[in-house]
Amino acid sequence: MIETRNFRILRNVVLTLLSLWVAVPLYVVVSTSLKPLKDVAGLFQWIPREITASPYFEIWTTVPLAKYFQNSLVITVCATICSVTVAVLAAYSIARLEFKGKRAFSLTVLSTQMFPGILFLLPLYLIFTQIRNLTGVQLQGSYLGLIITYMTFTLPFAIWMLSGYFASIPKELEEASMIDGTGRLGALFRVILPVAKPGIIAVAVYSFISAWGEVLFASVLTNEATKTLSLGLKSYASESDVFWNQLMAASVVVSLPVLIGFILVQKHLVAGLSAGAVK
Amino acid sequence: MSHSALDSSPAAAGSQTVPETAGPLPENVPAPKARKARRSFLPYGLILPAAVLEILIHIGPMLLGIWIAFISLTQLNLTNWLNAPFVGLQNFVNGLNPESTIGQAFFSTVGRTLIYTVTVVGLSWILGMAGAVFLSSNFKGRALLRTFFLVPYALPAYVGTIAWAFMFNQRDGAVNQILVDTFHLFGEERPFWLLGSNSFGAMIVVNVWQLWPFAFLMLMAALQNVPTDVYEAAAIDGASLWQQFRTITLPMVRPANGVLLMVMSLWTFNQFNIPFVLFGASSPKDATLVSPLIYQNSFGSWNFGLGGAMSVLLLIALFIASVFYIRMVLPKGADND
Repeated sequence: MIETRNFRILRNVVLTLLSLWVAVPLYVVVSTSLKPLKDVAGLFQWIPREITASPYFEIWTTVPLAKYFQNSLVITVCATICSVTVAVLAAYSIARLEFKGKRAFSLTVLSTQMFPGILFLLPLYLIFTQIRNLTGVQLQGSYLGLIITYMTFTLPFAIWMLSGYFASIPKELEEASMIDGTGRLGALFRVILPVAKPGIIAVAVYSFISAWGEVLFASVLTNEATKTLSLGLKSYASESDVFWNQLMAASVVVSLPVLIGFILVQKHLVAGLSAGAVK
Repeated sequence: MSHSALDSSPAAAGSQTVPETAGPLPENVPAPKARKARRSFLPYGLILPAAVLEILIHIGPMLLGIWIAFISLTQLNLTNWLNAPFVGLQNFVNGLNPESTIGQAFFSTVGRTLIYTVTVVGLSWILGMAGAVFLSSNFKGRALLRTFFLVPYALPAYVGTIAWAFMFNQRDGAVNQILVDTFHLFGEERPFWLLGSNSFGAMIVVNVWQLWPFAFLMLMAALQNVPTDVYEAAAIDGASLWQQFRTITLPMVRPANGVLLMVMSLWTFNQFNIPFVLFGASSPKDATLVSPLIYQNSFGSWNFGLGGAMSVLLLIALFIASVFYIRMVLPKGADND
């Protein structure tokens, strides 16, 4: 819009309010994570009376945070790599090739992306039980079981986003390579993948973020040994009193990897989201 | 035309040998038979892993989920569910009878979830629009602010919810301090935000905080296509800011709006994480949403048949919604891409 004086005043007011709305909870988390426990109880202190980094050291011993970290990392990384690898192949096929059943396949991917985890949780739980009865393989509470269930939401998303990316790459690029005699697969691996690399990384980061924050499947399908961060953080509150300062410090530590990843790839993510979701 | 075009193309320049000795542009040549046969197998080979996974983790479980609604499945026969007795529509009759307590709870939960969805999506859209409109103009610090606004969306959902739980939680929390001590709302009373009917409002606040950046992101992308000279022309004609917004901005985002509202509504309607972190496995009566209700029935009271019956109804509703969604997202002909 045209920047009249009124527009500028209105802009400053609105953007200030929005910034406060975003900033206040973040400030509460960070400031609480730097307070000693005695200052956390009672009326909330906007300006900390005393600042200490000790919650950031205590979080590792109060609960087995490193173990939760490891669990989340293994499950999330595996689910992301599997989804993105499978999705790259399928998305290329959807974006570039013509085949019977293409529309049916895209429709399935699209609609399952919209169904909530609760619809898959119970059936998968029963299937896991049956597999245990038949083969003795224990999927409940195992990394593999969680990786499989996490793919229920990372996979359709990755296919959908990546097919949008591939469709936006000019066809001439791979046609040129195919004239050189590389064939379709050669064109995919030597031409398309390098060009689409930023997009693929963005999709991977986004899958990682959504798996990192997953709560529902983890609440039923993990045990003490495989508990993820999303549930593990509750352990700071399970005793008679809540270690709010440590809980906040752990929240900061847990958020940093995804926050950094998001900021690094946000440009590509925005392009992909608006190409894929909003056409 | 054919030779010079081929020679000047970067591909021909970089290639050692041109497979076709001479002739027209390759795209004009009908592909040879052998090549076509290979090509027609390739698409299926590429989607095969994805298709197998889709069947194993989506289609199969979904069909099994429908089956569960028609059997009597409790904690007792859970490990031996293949032999659970078939009970026909009994689960639907028991659980969804509007006269029974469970049925009433189900239908009021659906109504509550709809109100919740409309409120959260509406507020998120308004905030997102406000952010997008004002960040579309150029000023110093714009890029930084844009990234900052996205932080609530990028954070793990449970972290944002924990932050708000802390602010709402104690009577002495930050929310009461702002509302009661600073602005003197509610008189001397210090409301409990995570109990009783207040919990519904608290949950809406948390959800809007996490969701609005997504609306902001999408609307911002849509607004980038609006050329500035359109606004200039309108301003010269004496259009007020509000008129410019209504006649230029709003119509420009309309194509993006349908999908945006649809996606946000489905996410919000299916919301599970926020109530689970805010209230634990069972929400207060006034703040129970559909997904947590199914969860409570299945894994709280171990009545899987009932949870299954509710899931089937949810599945049907979402299926109808997703048909609308797909119509918006997928263009009619594939060549529209």
